[in-house]
Parts: sequence; C-alpha cells; structure tokens
Amino acid sequence: MSELPQIVKITKVQRETGEHHTLFFNFKAEAAPGQFLMVWIPGVDEKPISLSKISKEELAITVQCKGSWSKRVCGFESGTKIGVRGPYGNGFSTEGVKKAIIVAGGCGSAPLMPLVEKCLVEGIETKFILGAQNAKKLLFKKELIEKLGDNLYITTDDGSEGTKGFTTQTLEELLGKEKPDCVYSCGPEIMMKGVLDICQKKKIKSQLSLERYMRCGFGVCGQCVMDDLMVCKDGPVFSGKTLSESAEFGKLTRLKSGKEVSLKEFGDWRQC
Amino acid sequence: MLETDFCGLKMKNPTVLASGVMGCNAALLKRVAREGAGAVTMKSIGPKEKEGHKNPTVLEWEHGLINAVGLPTAGYKNAEKEFKELEKCKSPVIASIYGSSIEEFTEVAEGIIGFEPAMIEINISCPNTKREGQIFGTSPEVAAEVVKAVAEVCGKIPIMPKLTPQANNIAAVAAACEQAGANAICAINTLGPGMVIDADARKPVLANKFGGVSGPAIKPIALRCVYQIYEAVSVPILGLGGISNGRDAIEMAMAGATAIGVGSATFYRGIEAFKLISDEMKTWMKEQGVKSIKEIVGAAHD
Ligand SMILES: Cc1cc2nc3c(=O)[nH]c(=O)nc-3n(C[C@H](O)[C@H](O)[C@H](O)COP(=O)(O)O)c2cc1C
Repeated sequence: MSELPQIVKITKVQRETGEHHTLFFNFKAEAAPGQFLMVWIPGVDEKPISLSKISKEELAITVQCKGSWSKRVCGFESGTKIGVRGPYGNGFSTEGVKKAIIVAGGCGSAPLMPLVEKCLVEGIETKFILGAQNAKKLLFKKELIEKLGDNLYITTDDGSEGTKGFTTQTLEELLGKEKPDCVYSCGPEIMMKGVLDICQKKKIKSQLSLERYMRCGFGVCGQCVMDDLMVCKDGPVFSGKTLSESAEFGKLTRLKSGKEVSLKEFGDWRQC
Repeated sequence: MLETDFCGLKMKNPTVLASGVMGCNAALLKRVAREGAGAVTMKSIGPKEKEGHKNPTVLEWEHGLINAVGLPTAGYKNAEKEFKELEKCKSPVIASIYGSSIEEFTEVAEGIIGFEPAMIEINISCPNTKREGQIFGTSPEVAAEVVKAVAEVCGKIPIMPKLTPQANNIAAVAAACEQAGANAICAINTLGPGMVIDADARKPVLANKFGGVSGPAIKPIALRCVYQIYEAVSVPILGLGGISNGRDAIEMAMAGATAIGVGSATFYRGIEAFKLISDEMKTWMKEQGVKSIKEIVGAAHD
C-alpha cells in the first residue's frame, strides 16, 4: 500500500453559501473529526483540506471559491475526478468531555462539523458559536440550526444576522455563565488567538485547529513547522496549553520559501 | 559505543538528519537533536529567496519517497535568526548550501561562515542545481572547481560536498573533491530523477513531473556508492540513502561510512527514527561483541 493519491469521482456537489461548495466522494478511510486530506487536481495543484463530512459511505470537503485552485474546484460537478490521499493529522479529542463550546469563524466551521456530529453521538452538551463577516457567509448555518437549535449562537461583523460583533465576545459571555470541559475552535488565527486568551484566563481547556502552508502532509518535509511542531503531523489540532507556550502562534507563519513573516503580512492566508 | 568523531564533530551516535528533511527552522532541528540525532543538517540554503515547486512535491510510493520540492529557501540573507537559535542545539549543526554557479556557491558560503556552523555541506547533487544542464556533481572537474572555490572562503570550517548517484564514476568525483580540499564526502543525494504517473488521472503526479527518489528503494545503490568512495578517498564519509533501521546503518558503516544520514526513514518511523536506529545498532553490536562502531567502519572491504 502506498500513500499516492487515489482518484475518486465526486458524487455530489452541495452549494452552501454563495462562495462555499461541499464536494462528496467515496473514499474508504478511517477518519476522525479534524483530520484532513491532501486534495490533488491533476495538473493543477494539491492542497490540504479538512474533512467536513465523515460517514461510513462517503467523505466530503468544503472549499471556498477564492484562490485559483479553489475557484477551479468550485466549478466541479458530480462525476469530476480528483485525487485524494490521507487522512492526515491528529484530529480533535473528546476524551473526558461532557460539555463543549465550539467556536467557528469564517470557513472554520468545515472541520468542526464532524466534531458536532461526534459530540451529539457521544451525548456531549454542545454549544456552537458561528461567526462570519455577514449573513451571507455563515457556513453550515441551516445544518447547525437543525442539529443544535437554541444552542447555536450567531455573530456577524456587520450585524446583518445574529449578534453584531465577534465570536470571542459571545464566547466571553457564555463563559461568564458556564464552565465547559473544552472549547474547540477553528477560523482565522487572530480569532483563535482571542479564543485561546479567553480560555487561558478562565482556565478552561481548549483545542484549536491550525493551518500552515504544507507540502508532504506526513511529517517529513518540515514546511508547515510552527515552533518545533509540524502542523501536518503533530497537529493540525493543538491544545491550548501547547499554543500558550508557542512563540509563533498568533504571530508568525512561513511563506512557501520558508521565510518567516508576520500573520498580518501574510494577509488572509487561510484558504478553505 | 556509538560515540563518533566525524571530521571533528563530536557526535553521541553516528546518525545525522539528512538535509531537506524537517530542517526548515531552528526549533524543529533542535527537537530532532533532542530526539536522538547525533548531528543535524539544515535544509539547503540558496543565494536568493525561492518558493520551490507547486504541489504535489513529496509523495510516498511503494518502496520509498519521491520529491521535487524545488529547493525552496528563504535565502542566506534571511538565515541569521535560525543560525542564532541553533547555537543552543544539543548536537552539531551542519549547514547545507547550494547555488547555480560557482559564484553563487561562494556567495552563500561567505554569507553563512560568520554563523560558524560545525560543517558546511555543499549540495552539488540536486537535480535543481545545474550548469549547462549538468548537475555539478556528475563531473569530477566541475565538482572539484566548486569545492576549491568554497574551500577558499570557508577557512577552518570543514566542508563536505554531497554527491549524486547520477555520476558515471562517483569514486572519481569523490577523489577529485578530496584533492580540491574536501574534508569529508557525503553520499548520496536522491536517485533518478524518477516519475510517478497515475493511470486513472492519466497524468504525472508531481507538479514538476520528475523528482528525486529516496528511501528503501535506493539503499543498494547508496551502499555501492559509499563502498566505491571509501576505496578512493581517505577523508571520512557521511553515508545515506535508504537507511531505515539499525541493521541498515551497520551495513552502511561496513561500506565505509563514519556518519550515517537518515531522511526518508522519518516517514516510516517518525521523528523517533534516530533513537530507534541507534538502539538497534547497539543491540546488534552487543550480540556481535562489537565494542565501538569504529571497529566496523569499512568492514565490508577486502
Ligand atoms: C523531501 C526531501 C527533501 C530533500 N531536500 C534536500 C535538500 O534540500 N538538500 C539536499 O542536499 N538533499 C535533500 N534531500 C535528499 C536527502 O538529504 C537524502 O540525501 C536522500 O533523501 C537520501 O536519503 P534517504 O533515503 O535517507 O532519504 C531531500 C530529500 C527529501 C525526501
């Protein structure tokens, strides 16, 4: 058995928001929430993408039609072939968790959807804070309402839906009233830095899913390094404890060349 | 038992992290040293910042890895912070340099000697660094020219050209390098280039189409190269290519390697590979009554 990409056919394309598409395909793999696949478009590029749906029959990824690679993927219909390898990375752990708060910003809700599923199956009391720039960009809102009802909290930067403001403000409010066993988060790193700071202050455990530019996906090339950790293999999910000791989290990332730059300089590097 | 003196580098064991594997930043190199590597090699540093190739760049096929990362580098001008942080590394640090002309090799060497790496590896074997379509390390004359030029700027820091198995006569290349001032020889870089095609996609998988082959598949070739080099030079050899376990490492030592590089094995065995390989070497040595690894270097020769 090799780890070369396997060509799979897309079985279904689901339009989520105007700019997010979910692609379903059959790929037999033992996958855990928070893990990712390296997704190859033959002749174009290969990128790490989190699994947004995990079931026995099929897997799915959700992409934002933003960069040139993603725009290409957003044009795909059922029947289109893509290459996938993985799943890679560690995934989220729910061990010992009875009560959870999940915080998603922008396209960060993608890897958190299988986690919601797992929490519900395991009977974990789950609250979900979903944030986006505006109402149109709230990814997986409908599904989350169906699954969580009143336990879904929506925030938008412009107030076009839910509470006007940031997810971190809602998190702070919730943590004023209750004490979950774990806060899970994925989204822009600046937001996650805020989530981490709040959790550290309140002494609540957290698990955050990170992203760095990757090449191999399996812990050899060292491209996706953050401090002495390889995001592809030691992560992409890290504990709040690990990240609170990090010199780079929330501050630095690396370009394809390996050159260190500030997150600001890198701009909006997070591509779904 | 495994203590090794390689060109003045004091190593707790002969394993060395191969260049380009986990070597992008100081913190991870230090972790590899903590995890048991006797010495660590930084990813090859070039003259100017370079992005490298598009993905896919690194793949595992059935019998090893294949890569065309394309020598991404922040460039020597951006290397200061990593070098400074590496001063606290538990194991000796080998810097690796590349260029696409003799001038570029010396420019990079000059740019980093101030940071005093324990040794400088000269990558004249990467398919990405060529002169007139030829990899520097395929010709004894050209290889010697590079080594001579770099030796002139490196002063007391030992230099070690890294050779390619593509050379028609790798022993002749090694001998020419020794003559030109090399203090050690490193062999081998990846083999090939090779290629992987996906039948269903009807396309090459690596974005660069071709890439260097490493891992278990190239071990017999690496052993043959080191064996031939050992007969041709008197400087010590860093032998690598497909070394995955203690027995492989022992065999590499017997071919003539004083230090033993480990790269692709980290895919199969993780960052623990260095400790595992060292422990397995010790087990074998105890069974065989070998007291020091020095006793077996070159043992396979008549
Ligand atoms: C992903 C990857 C990147 C590499 N990058 C470099 C590099 O930058 N410079 C270099 O001299 N060799 C590089 N190599 C070659 C290795 O250092 C080594 O010579 C080769 O892989 C054979 O050893 P192995 O079979 O133990 O991997 C790279 C190898 C791999 C797998």
